[in-house]
Amino acid sequence: MTNCANRKSLAMMLPMALAFAMGIAALAQDKPAAPQLLATQALPHFKFENFTTANGLPDNHVFTVLVDGERIWAGTENGLAVYEDHVWKTYTTKDGLAHRAVLSLALDKRSGDVWAGTMAGLSRVSGGRIDTYTQLNSGLSNDVVYGVSVEGEHVWVATAAGACMLNTRTGQWTLYNERNTPMVEIWVYGVSATPSKVYFAVWGSGLLELDQKTGRWDKYEDPDGENEIVLFKDQGLIHEIVTSVNYVDKIVWAATYFGDSRYDGRYWHNFLTKDSGLPSNFTNTLKAVDANRCWFGTDKGLAYYDGVNWAVYRNSLKDGKPEMTVRDAAGKITSIAVSSAPAHNYILGIDFQGSDLWVATAKGLSHGIHQP
Amino acid sequence: MSQRLRTQCGLTCCLLAVALMTAALWNGRPVQADAVDDENYASPLEVLVSPDGARLYVLCQQSEEVRVLDATTTKTIAKVDVGRVPRGIALSTDGRRLFVTNSWDDTLSVIDTNKLAVTATWPVAAEPTGVVEDKAGKRLYVANRISNDIAVLNAETGEEEKRLLAGRGASYLTLSPDGSRIYATHIYPNPPRVRSELDNRIAPESEITVIDTARAVVVDHMPLHRIAGVFHLAFSTDGRLGAVAEYHPKNTVPLAHLEHDGAFGYSLTLFGADVGKTPVEVPLDELERYASRPFGVVITPDKSRIYVSCGGSEVVLAIDVQRLLRYVSLHPGSNIRDLAASANYMVARIPVGHEPRGLAVSRDGSKVYVANRLEDSIGVIDTHTDRVASTITLDGPKKISALRRGELTFYTSRQSFQGQIGCASCHIDSTFDGLAWDLEPDGFGRDIVDNRLIEDIKGTEPFKWNGGNPSIPVECGVRTEKYFWRAENYDDLTLTDLTLYIRSLPPRPNRWRLQGREMTLAQERGKAIFERSMDKFGNPIAEKNRCSYCHSGPKGTSQKSFDVGTRKATDNTGLLDTPQLTNIALTAPYLHDGSAHTLEEIWTVYNPEDKHGRTNDLTKDELNDLIEYLRTR
Repeated sequence: MTNCANRKSLAMMLPMALAFAMGIAALAQDKPAAPQLLATQALPHFKFENFTTANGLPDNHVFTVLVDGERIWAGTENGLAVYEDHVWKTYTTKDGLAHRAVLSLALDKRSGDVWAGTMAGLSRVSGGRIDTYTQLNSGLSNDVVYGVSVEGEHVWVATAAGACMLNTRTGQWTLYNERNTPMVEIWVYGVSATPSKVYFAVWGSGLLELDQKTGRWDKYEDPDGENEIVLFKDQGLIHEIVTSVNYVDKIVWAATYFGDSRYDGRYWHNFLTKDSGLPSNFTNTLKAVDANRCWFGTDKGLAYYDGVNWAVYRNSLKDGKPEMTVRDAAGKITSIAVSSAPAHNYILGIDFQGSDLWVATAKGLSHGIHQP
Repeated sequence: MSQRLRTQCGLTCCLLAVALMTAALWNGRPVQADAVDDENYASPLEVLVSPDGARLYVLCQQSEEVRVLDATTTKTIAKVDVGRVPRGIALSTDGRRLFVTNSWDDTLSVIDTNKLAVTATWPVAAEPTGVVEDKAGKRLYVANRISNDIAVLNAETGEEEKRLLAGRGASYLTLSPDGSRIYATHIYPNPPRVRSELDNRIAPESEITVIDTARAVVVDHMPLHRIAGVFHLAFSTDGRLGAVAEYHPKNTVPLAHLEHDGAFGYSLTLFGADVGKTPVEVPLDELERYASRPFGVVITPDKSRIYVSCGGSEVVLAIDVQRLLRYVSLHPGSNIRDLAASANYMVARIPVGHEPRGLAVSRDGSKVYVANRLEDSIGVIDTHTDRVASTITLDGPKKISALRRGELTFYTSRQSFQGQIGCASCHIDSTFDGLAWDLEPDGFGRDIVDNRLIEDIKGTEPFKWNGGNPSIPVECGVRTEKYFWRAENYDDLTLTDLTLYIRSLPPRPNRWRLQGREMTLAQERGKAIFERSMDKFGNPIAEKNRCSYCHSGPKGTSQKSFDVGTRKATDNTGLLDTPQLTNIALTAPYLHDGSAHTLEEIWTVYNPEDKHGRTNDLTKDELNDLIEYLRTR
């Protein structure tokens, strides 16, 4: 896929048939692991156990969740909570946390340190000690930290005024903004970093890609501009307002408020409510399992895509009762009786704990216990 | 200062030194001698006993070698050259290898204890200090004083696996007896976690960093409140008692009142099952004499005694463990201000050589070895009598050079009231302490001043933040004697020697501007900002408002005073001496009173009117570039 306006125009003129064929080919490579199973059997079932202030969470508004082995970290509007041995402990600004509202979390798997992006700075939690970086005391580009991602010794940060990277060995901060990248808007919502590539989800400026080896930037935008229409399916990024990005197995998954996208380096595949099992185009977050499978957190429930089939876990929009619906490859929707659902349909964060799931919602944190 | 560095400049300057010193004596007053003389001192810093007890391994910092001694005959078996300014030494679990950190080379020497030769030299991080191998012999941990972290290396290949966050000035590492934990200390206080309204009146906070060796991750940072300067840590063999040597500076009360409650306390923090869940700080000082600058700690195998070396007091303290634990049990909580407390557990104050540092206990617990750094000897303490039974000389020069005399003066505390402090109490290892102090007798809370680095200080006079002292002899002589020591004055020769030593301190290698390496693009951009004469709007910047005007010259100081708008209501003047920029990245906090916790804060918080240089036209990335450049100075 091209990365500039002229090349995009050319791409738009490519024969649809070719694009369609390529799209089919790409999908064909992404077959689910067990196609012989019925969709209702292949998709995971969960029993949701919900946490709120009633059972120890410092606030019901949970922005983000992070699994760290047996520990669960929850970024809430009123502190950073950690769940260990069935007990919640909360870190606040009195402990050195940059701000009470914790918007994003990332784990340095090597050191075990947790990085927390807040409304007023970036905090590093190491063995219970909290060090905080702000735009006043450090090279951090802005105090509103929407996203954070750890890659080796580098901590990548998405802020309300561009992105930046802290080299934890040298202490050097490198800023990325409209002056040195193709970023038009500098409201960066998410970042996903790997040793080869770093992706930035930018509000109103699409998806940015930094090739770490060459230092080259690529920009992926909605071919339809800022129009809320899709002229041609799978032509490019679904929308300019990108809220979340995940780069897994050389596949980019991008969430926007107007649908979601998957990009394999050549082909785009977009997901909309009208042609997928996505419960809403308004997607706050996504978390990819691998190249083919991904979880989506929307304003109308939690969704899972296994490469072919979809499942939605939520409280029914009609009667509020827990529901699980499955949409198979043919578009057939089946309702499955369940006894629990995530704490709220407004999903803000997702992480995996083995085959279990943890979900941050607007009204509580949910533990999805995988059911055999 | 390393032997090689001294050799380089000493040969060319020794005649000049003699001439200057002669002139000083002739005039009957101290001078600022420029030269250093050169003697091949060993300066033993640490000592280890081999697993079979047959050998002593002595880390000699100035001669940059490991001396291997026969523990029975005390004869030298071998001398193994290592890198520049070695600082840490440890044996591998199997005793076959000896690891030495070379703090100025950023390397680790691996010595084969059979061949007694260096078999590998591994690159490590900035200013490596403490080193320890895990019990399985798989991982090696190295504390890096400048990068404030602990590198985890593959013990076979030296390949770095990762780095763990430690305290500021990470330095000494100890493996717990069961091998499950490594405890790390650090010599500079951690940056404040939470800002207060009195940014420069903060009591220091330090920590013991605890590492889980199974996962090689940090699992705890045990807080040490009001502590700055934490050194060796020891465990009892049963693992139930840990003890760490530390300074307890009282930097929030005027230092001028040395005789009233003191400027420093020196203490041990005890932790572990023997003392309960909460660590306990116990004083080492006595009513009439202090235990200045504790450094090394060992606990005898039978857990009857703790021995602590005190560099400033030139003694090794012997503490009765049972009496200590009984005292702790009867007096819960910390009792640092109770100078009568130590009488309950201190059983001997053993005079040893000059600047005693590292300690090691023999396998049977009958002897404690102490490295007398400025005496080139190893003292052997009989633990039954708590006396020095013998002294092993390391065949250092018989002559005590002027430079050595100056160093002795710098590191001793005998000059001050009740032997409480010495130069090295605040200038740890001839650097700084990361604290702001209320120094002068000008009223409580007035003229709070940040402690500055003294490396490469020659040519940066005047001294004091108000520029009031024209020379080192004035700064370190009359002023120090009158306000700090509250005791005997230096004689002229002593002051001359001290001046010579301080002026000889070289800058440590700058880790952001490695020798022979080009500046990075960010550093180049920052340099242009530092040197610019026009702001971003095309307006000329007044000469006195350019970075490069006040911070001119090779050391980054015009040696003049300016008002940069940082005067506080408690300051007697806003006219401040321009500090040098030597290794400025290392010396937080900043500004004359330590208000700025980071370099960034100098401009983001304390320069609202552009009086400290024109900077408010800069974007955040440009300010970052400026800081990247400053870190190369």
